[in-house]
Amino acid sequence: PGDTSVLAGLYGPAEAKVSKELPDRAALEVLLRPKVGLPGVLERSREQLLRQTCEAVVLGVLHPRTAISLVLQVLSDAGSLLSCCLNAACMALLDAGLPLTALFCGVTCALQPDGTILLDPTARQEQEARAILTFAIASSERKVLMATTKGSCSVEEMQQCLAAAQRAATTIFQFYRNSVRRRYSK
Amino acid sequence: RTVEPLEYYRRFLKENCRPDGRELGEFRTTTVNIGKCSITTADGSALVKLGNTTVICGVKAELAAPAVDSANKGYIVPNVELPSLCAERFRSGPPGEEAQAASQFIADVIENSQMIVKEDLCIANGKLAWVLYCDIICLDYDGNLLDASVFALLAALKNVQLPLVTINEETGLSEVNLKQKNPLIIRKHPVATSFAIFDDTLLIVDPTAEEEDLATGTVTIVTDEEGRLCSVHKPGGSPLTGAKLQDCITRAITRHKEVKKLIDKVIKSLTTK
Repeated sequence: PGDTSVLAGLYGPAEAKVSKELPDRAALEVLLRPKVGLPGVLERSREQLLRQTCEAVVLGVLHPRTAISLVLQVLSDAGSLLSCCLNAACMALLDAGLPLTALFCGVTCALQPDGTILLDPTARQEQEARAILTFAIASSERKVLMATTKGSCSVEEMQQCLAAAQRAATTIFQFYRNSVRRRYSK
Repeated sequence: RTVEPLEYYRRFLKENCRPDGRELGEFRTTTVNIGKCSITTADGSALVKLGNTTVICGVKAELAAPAVDSANKGYIVPNVELPSLCAERFRSGPPGEEAQAASQFIADVIENSQMIVKEDLCIANGKLAWVLYCDIICLDYDGNLLDASVFALLAALKNVQLPLVTINEETGLSEVNLKQKNPLIIRKHPVATSFAIFDDTLLIVDPTAEEEDLATGTVTIVTDEEGRLCSVHKPGGSPLTGAKLQDCITRAITRHKEVKKLIDKVIKSLTTK
């Protein structure tokens, strides 16, 4: 959203290396490349978050002993990077036609010092915020697939952010539907 | 148990208990060992055992020049290591994804909870500041690494004594006064609680390594003493409803009180010795 853009490329299911293959399901691999510099510890933890989120929705058991690689390249970062990556990953999975149990979308909420909740913050708003919460919401019953927080907040504030994120998820899923419709109705 | 581990576990979970005799919401026995008993060369150290999971944390303080854009802030550098001796699935070589993700998590917890405010680590604006290298090494991995690491870090930091450093005005050099030591100012005490999710419904607290392998997802919640959430870490896994998450948070707050009591007891016994 806004000026943040992430390019996602999905390869698979392809043949996996013997050391990496799992006997009963597909092995998912996520690579996140920042715009500047080499991937560091922060990218690693983000890759782990994305990987486990995708593993929960992708039906890996249909493609055992294969590897699915997802490569994300950050083109520009103007806030809400993690949820942008999540959305890019989900659309890539959709575009590749992989079997999924549910769709997911990423929503970032920023808690400002005066208590107001802001969805999809820009980089400036993220810096000023007291806490930033990122959720991955699944399309089935709006359950929480992934949650990460930065900064501290009270329990009630977290629940409010979660409710706001679930409402926003509906808008994002509508956007997914429109994009897919446009792509396939050519 | 080795052939169909999931079925074996399901039978226990139906009775609302676990193979090692614990309830679903019960933690393993926690023991903590702070101070000179652990690492004598470090400025602060602690050894934490959460059941079989053993984690040791050593904190070394060094001097460095602060960064140009934050001249009044020191540094805290946490590093989590999972050497190959702690579990057979970790190989020697560059840190694997799990170790790096854990290091990032610990750094986030320190930052989010404002446990140590970086301005406190500054000695002279723009010239000298403390760098705290926190090395967290897992000696035995039996699940729930994040909880044990956060606990070990907290205990070790409470034990750190920083010598007084003054800057000599004339020479511009620093003088370290080893005789006068002040303890670190720790503002908040974050405590992590980890849960494993089974089959989209059941939540169990403090998973062992076996349980973690079978679980379909994990959640880690870090709370501080005011009941505020410092971090909610749910890396993928089965989806959870908001209500379930709320249950986890309530349990985490109770756990925080137990852990705080334990730490205070140990520190008190150290200072009275």
